[in-house]
Amino acid sequence: MPTFKAGARLKSAVCNSELMLIVAPSQDVKLTCGGAEVIELGGDPPADAAIDPEQKQGTQMGKRYTNESGDIEILCTKPGEGGLAVDGVALAVKGAKPLPSSD
Amino acid sequence: MNLMMLLEMAAGAFGDRVAFQNGDGRLTYQELFEASGVLAASLSDGRIKHLAMLDESTLALPIALFGASWAGVPFAPLNYRLTDGELDSLIGQLHPGRLITDAARAKRFGDRFVSPDGADYIDVHSREALLESVRADGAERRDPNWSMEPEDTAILLFTSGTTGAPKAAVLRQKHLVSYVLGTVEFMSADEKDASLNCVPPYHIAGMAAIVSSVYSGRRVVQLANFTAESWLDTARAQEITHAFVVPTMLARIIDALEDRTEAGIPSLRALSYGGGKMPQAVIEKAMRLFPDCDFTNAYGLTETSSTISLLSPEAHREAMSSRDDVIRRRLVSVGQPLPTIEVSIRDAEDGSTLPAGEAGLIFVRGEQVSGEYRGQGSLLDDEGWFNTRDGGHLDEGGYLFLAGRVDDVIVRGGENMSPGEIEDVLLAHASVSDAAVVGIPDEQWGEAVAAVVVLEEGAVSSVGELQQWVKDRLRSSRTPQRIEFWDELPYNETGKLLRRKVREAFRESD
Repeated sequence: MPTFKAGARLKSAVCNSELMLIVAPSQDVKLTCGGAEVIELGGDPPADAAIDPEQKQGTQMGKRYTNESGDIEILCTKPGEGGLAVDGVALAVKGAKPLPSSD
Repeated sequence: MNLMMLLEMAAGAFGDRVAFQNGDGRLTYQELFEASGVLAASLSDGRIKHLAMLDESTLALPIALFGASWAGVPFAPLNYRLTDGELDSLIGQLHPGRLITDAARAKRFGDRFVSPDGADYIDVHSREALLESVRADGAERRDPNWSMEPEDTAILLFTSGTTGAPKAAVLRQKHLVSYVLGTVEFMSADEKDASLNCVPPYHIAGMAAIVSSVYSGRRVVQLANFTAESWLDTARAQEITHAFVVPTMLARIIDALEDRTEAGIPSLRALSYGGGKMPQAVIEKAMRLFPDCDFTNAYGLTETSSTISLLSPEAHREAMSSRDDVIRRRLVSVGQPLPTIEVSIRDAEDGSTLPAGEAGLIFVRGEQVSGEYRGQGSLLDDEGWFNTRDGGHLDEGGYLFLAGRVDDVIVRGGENMSPGEIEDVLLAHASVSDAAVVGIPDEQWGEAVAAVVVLEEGAVSSVGELQQWVKDRLRSSRTPQRIEFWDELPYNETGKLLRRKVREAFRESD
């Protein structure tokens, strides 16, 4: 994918998912949502983009997604029906034990 | 990254929920979002580089915080208890910019902050005018095109200056967004949840409360001028479920409750506290008075974007009911570091990492840690560690215990001693209600130990008696050479003892 830096706002080319990069990958990787490469928030999706029926795990608002090595982390800012993957490997929800409210 | 993105998510997911409430005034998440956009448009003339606010908590506060982030200018909440002279030196660091304050001050200030040649200025606006302008029909709103640059400065917070002149801590968007994402689950609050916010805006806990509650979807009820009575009345009337207090507030609430005949606060589920040292007797009493309430102790600094370590409700209950001294003692600890924060205890002399049980300097590392002051740059070391200048140790279970500011350590004849240790002994005397220990210059020893003591009402004691009391319990070097009796100790409004003022008083009486 084009190089995006932390803070970049992205969206799925094939569903309603909107994303923000929390940790940007140091290497050139292919970040997909619903099987299609994600695009900049203001960008236009390719005309022939279509969701891959095998990659409809969905994104949940406010969840953070990461890979095993933790070198990429993404926040879902708007939900959609596509699932996130990096170089074909599905990302998982970053599980965090809920903390008590401290402020 | 930008705090505005968090508010945009909240407005998108639960825009109709009440976000902030003050008396009869309310702002839903959607209204807060729109108002922030109107303010942002008026800040986007390219000249304004700071938005300062000199005001108590009102509905204008969250609008100003988010509106500044939308416009990409740092937000600087100022302490409204400072004198005009003290304010001048802070506001002087915020040119060119806008200052929002109450109507009386806005009128009094006029063009106080405009330089004679007109090149340097602060526009002064009243809070009332702001609230009116953002609600006006057809008010122009800026496009939702806020910068997502993580390095942008979100908040400039002048530290309280218990040890020196105030300086501005720089909290960047990446620090605050990391803090929220790392500690708060999006939309985790129930629609009926309500939190009572009585911490002033210029305190990091006041800023953190706003951004955390927005992301969790909790209604915030603002209480500008804390008294135990108003806190209890508001908590009951608004069916408050969550609240944050500083130790002195909790002590006053408990006293007031003991004088009242009505039951406690049935709706209250969670009470968190921090901002100063909580006396063990107070927290134990509070836990007995609110047996069904979850207590959380939070430790954090301005420079770490609020909480870095917390003592959970489970740990509170375990400590209260345990017969094991090690576990019981944890009630006065600040708990365990957040999962996103690393803590390391270092030797003050050689910087080596110390094992559990040994006291040293507390170093922290994590995405939310800023450790930066304006004009001084980052104080983080090459590996990202920040020296809190707080002393402390970790126990075997990883619980963090604080031992006061390093700058308060008394060095007498090469021996380091912590004021807290001596204060605890003085406080254990039946006649003593409060005590402060400081180091004062001494020709023979470099520094000598001096104490100010507040006696319980009607109690009688003497310098000799208290010196003997300390001598019987601690090494003789810790016996205060001088003891004075005062009616009260100087605290700031968040309950932090102002040792500087105690030291100054001793210096002046010499």
